[in-house]
Amino acid sequence: MNVHEYQGKEILRKYGVTTPRGIPCFSVDEAVAAAEELGGNVWVVKAQIHAGGRGKGGGVKVATSMELLREYADAILGMQLVTPQTGPEGKLVNRIYIEEGADIADELYVGALVDRETQKVVLMCSSEGGMEIEEVAEETPEKILKIYVDPTEGLNRDEAKDVCSKIGIPDVAVEEGADFLAGLYEAFVASDASLAEINPLIVTGDNRVIALDAKFNIDSNALYRQPEIVEYRDLTEEDANEIEASKWGLSYISLDGNIGCLVNGAGLAMATMDIIQLYGGEPANFLDVGGGANKEQVTEAFKIMLANPKVEGILVNIFGGIMQCDVIAAGIVAAAQEVGLSVPLVVRLEGTNVEQGRAILDESDVKLQTATTMADAAEKIAAAVKA
Amino acid sequence: MSILINKDTRIVTQGITGNTGEFHTTQCLDYAFGKDCFVAGVTPGKAGQTVQGVPVLNTVAEAKEQHGVNASVIYVPPRFAAAAIDEAVDAELDLVICITEGIPVADMIKTRDRMRKMGSKTVLVGPNCPGVITPEEVKIGIMPGYIHKKGSIGVVSRSGTLTYEAVHQLTQLGMGQSTCVGIGGDPVNGMKHVDVLKMFNDDPETEAVVMCGEIGGTDEEECAAWIKENMTKPVAGFIAGVTAPPGKRMGHAGAIISGGQGTAQSKIDALRDAGVHVTVNPSEMGTTLKEAMS
Repeated sequence: MNVHEYQGKEILRKYGVTTPRGIPCFSVDEAVAAAEELGGNVWVVKAQIHAGGRGKGGGVKVATSMELLREYADAILGMQLVTPQTGPEGKLVNRIYIEEGADIADELYVGALVDRETQKVVLMCSSEGGMEIEEVAEETPEKILKIYVDPTEGLNRDEAKDVCSKIGIPDVAVEEGADFLAGLYEAFVASDASLAEINPLIVTGDNRVIALDAKFNIDSNALYRQPEIVEYRDLTEEDANEIEASKWGLSYISLDGNIGCLVNGAGLAMATMDIIQLYGGEPANFLDVGGGANKEQVTEAFKIMLANPKVEGILVNIFGGIMQCDVIAAGIVAAAQEVGLSVPLVVRLEGTNVEQGRAILDESDVKLQTATTMADAAEKIAAAVKA
Repeated sequence: MSILINKDTRIVTQGITGNTGEFHTTQCLDYAFGKDCFVAGVTPGKAGQTVQGVPVLNTVAEAKEQHGVNASVIYVPPRFAAAAIDEAVDAELDLVICITEGIPVADMIKTRDRMRKMGSKTVLVGPNCPGVITPEEVKIGIMPGYIHKKGSIGVVSRSGTLTYEAVHQLTQLGMGQSTCVGIGGDPVNGMKHVDVLKMFNDDPETEAVVMCGEIGGTDEEECAAWIKENMTKPVAGFIAGVTAPPGKRMGHAGAIISGGQGTAQSKIDALRDAGVHVTVNPSEMGTTLKEAMS
């Protein structure tokens, strides 16, 4: 689950990490009131969407007067913000964050994530603030310093201070830098984050260490024990089909192609997408119906796939284990009838009770083709869509 | 021979009184030597009951003491599953197979750290995996037993149904399996591809291996580096997720391309460089292995 920048900063502040003061706003009037409350004469107007690179798309502006603040807030609220991470259609900005201006002497980078190889949290620290960390890793990997944190010992303070020095935090601010890293690590663990990225982390003219941005990604498996973070969820930032699917216990992800696919199991679902492309089609979605899907779930899965106007054909690929092919076949027939299937359908069943399953499909009135192997299925649906 | 499990393995089901635990234990009892192998179940506070004739105890330690179990399989709900692994590790079992999906990553970091610091010799498979099967001997997990056939092909995979697909293709081609290991789809887990490959390489009964990987992490790349230097048996591979977009979790918690890492192409390239016969067609996993062996 993703949260907004201002929510990430709320999490950070709870663990003693310094951030600029700021107020989230939903209207221009609120933005003006926020700026007045914050005081000073420089404010930053920041679009709040769940995507990075907001500055590049015009979603972050520095206002040096109340008139400019009003102008920027008006322009950014309601804009369709396109960044390198949103895709060409961009994302609608519903809320902005008004923040006090900061006196930036240096921009650095700190990110916390789970290192899968060592199975520890790693803090990635770099002098190259404001750049994409992927780019730094590609071009100048020596500029990324890593601290692997022992899960029981916690962050080693000497190591933290050493790394702070090396990424360019001035000597007078190294203690504060170590506090910052300790707070970030604590916030990461306490919020069950899978990613916490501060880019940039700034050193101010008076040598303070501050998080100028915050990107948090929370482990969905841990949300049951994070009620405050669940409150942060912003459904307007999520794909409507993915939300609908999750209500039915389906794992769905929208893609750009024209062939919908319904599969049991995540690995097989990806493999099905891959084989569709291999045979000249393009997958319209990832959809895993899980290990024990019933008729209702299959019906909802069909509805969600067909709600996508790009879908010109559907491929069902089920390897029955615990899930029996005859049960799923009956579900497919009922679902196809209920939704009034209007596009070609290819069904490939294999595994438990496959013969009974195929018989149900053959005897039904639903217009569909059956397939024996994944390749056979992919070839048939690609041909049907092209026809 | 086989790896990890055989008909002499003695197993306790943790979470046996839950619906999932009972259902799958029943299926496993009915498979080959299951009735000899599944000798105990554990659910705290439910000692004295029996499930499908299997006695229920309060703790894994008691199951070991009273029934000589050396392996466990876990169907405990996600929020208690890491503690269930810890309990089995404390009882010094040889093998723990955790089927449970949805364990918080932070819990698994603690559990794995604990195992390392204890110097635990327990081998963990999973979590979020279908389990392990040595065909015609014993099945520990949720895979459909009947698609398997005894033989000499080792199978290792991060996914459930994709493994069944691979096994089915092998069986159709008359190629039986020595042992099939589902290592699971979570980012922080126990055995990795390379650990299973090492065992297959040392197992005299295994002649060749099929490995199914997927996007996310660098497990397959690390395995490829080991294969290049050490593997003496033919390996066929498939990596799921060539079409997966970056930054999206594809069903499995660990199946995500992030920070430019974990792409299918990087894994395919590394495995090919190591001499693995990689197919990009999931319908051809079986035939690819057959070619690799000829």
